[in-house]
Amino acid sequence: MTTSMPDPSQKHQRREHALMLALVSPALLVILALIVLPVGWLAWQSIYHDGFTLENYRRVFTEDIYWRSFALTFEISLAVTAIALLLGYPVAYLANSVPKGWSILILSLVVLPFWTSVLVRAYAWLALLQRTGVINQFLRYLDVTSEPLALVHNTFGTVVATVHILLPFMVLPLYATMQKIPSDLMQAGASLGASPSLTFVRVFLPLSLPGVLAGCTMVFVLCLGFYITPELLGGGRTVMVSMLVSRNVELYNQFGAASAVAVVLLLSVLAIFFAVSRFISLDRILGQK
Amino acid sequence: MTRLSPARIALYMISALVLVYLILPVLIIAPISFSSARFLTFPPPSFSLRWYQQYFSNSAWMQATRVTLTVALLTVFIATPLGVAAAYGISQSKLRIMRLIHMMLLLPLVVPIIITAVGIFFLYAKVGLVATLPGLVLANVMLGLPYVIISVLAGLQSFDPAQEMVARSLGMNRLRSFFAVTLPQIKSSVVAGGIFAFISAMDETIVALFISGGQYQPLTKRMFTALRDEIDPTIAAISTLMTAASFMLVLLASARQRKGA
Repeated sequence: MTTSMPDPSQKHQRREHALMLALVSPALLVILALIVLPVGWLAWQSIYHDGFTLENYRRVFTEDIYWRSFALTFEISLAVTAIALLLGYPVAYLANSVPKGWSILILSLVVLPFWTSVLVRAYAWLALLQRTGVINQFLRYLDVTSEPLALVHNTFGTVVATVHILLPFMVLPLYATMQKIPSDLMQAGASLGASPSLTFVRVFLPLSLPGVLAGCTMVFVLCLGFYITPELLGGGRTVMVSMLVSRNVELYNQFGAASAVAVVLLLSVLAIFFAVSRFISLDRILGQK
Repeated sequence: MTRLSPARIALYMISALVLVYLILPVLIIAPISFSSARFLTFPPPSFSLRWYQQYFSNSAWMQATRVTLTVALLTVFIATPLGVAAAYGISQSKLRIMRLIHMMLLLPLVVPIIITAVGIFFLYAKVGLVATLPGLVLANVMLGLPYVIISVLAGLQSFDPAQEMVARSLGMNRLRSFFAVTLPQIKSSVVAGGIFAFISAMDETIVALFISGGQYQPLTKRMFTALRDEIDPTIAAISTLMTAASFMLVLLASARQRKGA
């Protein structure tokens, strides 16, 4: 195990290896049976139906509903990621620049919703945004609007609620990265005569980019597969890819098509993880929760 | 730094607004759940426990609650030992293949949950596990494993394996030395991992939508169906209870983790 061990015999070493593999195997078995096998089967089903066929993929790439749904999903994910970055960066920056007690308070407020069920938050947003909801009542009360605004059951509502759910995934890696930026660097910049904004742009911002990348990756990828929020708040018009998968299964029994959509979605996610892992380690992205 | 520049003021204001945006939806549910009104009116016309009464007196909601608690508890009891064993194996072995195994064990966090859900649905349909309790528990064990493994691995990182070797050189066998020496020191991260697995199982919705049915529907599935149809304040009552439960568990877990650090 450690180098200090007195020359272990090969037999001992082999027993050690076998023991460790035996310890890992029950968990591995669960993962193999319940995620590797089912997803592998999904992939198989997408190309095999009484013989090999690429028909399902032809549909996904040529038929309008599929194309539009993929495009919409990528657009929404990009928008959500951009908004989350714009909202999350200042919060992470503030948490990083205030005394410890305050930063703990800020981070607790960020993580608080994290531990509230996604379903509960979807309900809360419905309560806030619907026609008779809190926000519309408030606007009416202030006489800002005469007619209730359509804030939910559309793309707007979906984005508002999705950003809310994914924001912690942006703030936490940003904060973790900013913590590692030595504050002397900023002081050095200031002592050399640079204005605070110049030091920020030239020193702080570039050094925080790994956190930006980690946060954006996580938010984007999670958003690509989002299901509950668009289903409950999208009003049936915002058909994201995940909803396409579920409708093909539940409503139309189109298992082949559902599988093909799922495979394309999965490959997109894996490709993004792979591309990003060339710049920063995956642990950094996944180790946040 | 004490001088308040305009940029600094803007930073405070933006951050304050973002924090309000983050916590408002979490805070809005409780007052709704204690309101007597059928529809949302602010401020609530009067205090009432009718939505809680409605929840506790409805047999379908109660059955769903039982299913959720049963599944979450069984998930913890299965996922925790499996995850601890796996984390121990990963941290103590220098086999090359362990890196790959480690990555595979985190797959549930990487694969979009909707894909996992549909895959499991197809599998369960073949083997007859749809709408069964074991099916639901197994799926949640798989989803909960990464949380246990990540938490326990973090705990093991600060543990010195030489201690266990000392115990063994004093004549304890491997298993006893693990329980006598290692486990007490990583107990906090084990408990924290178990709590996260519990919360994960309690909140899990998407897989349950596909594979649960009949009398074995968890709370989340019933809530999802109810939310699709109409806004029933009973859900506010349930949400408030669920949120309170989650927060208490998280506080417990983080207190544990801090103690074990």
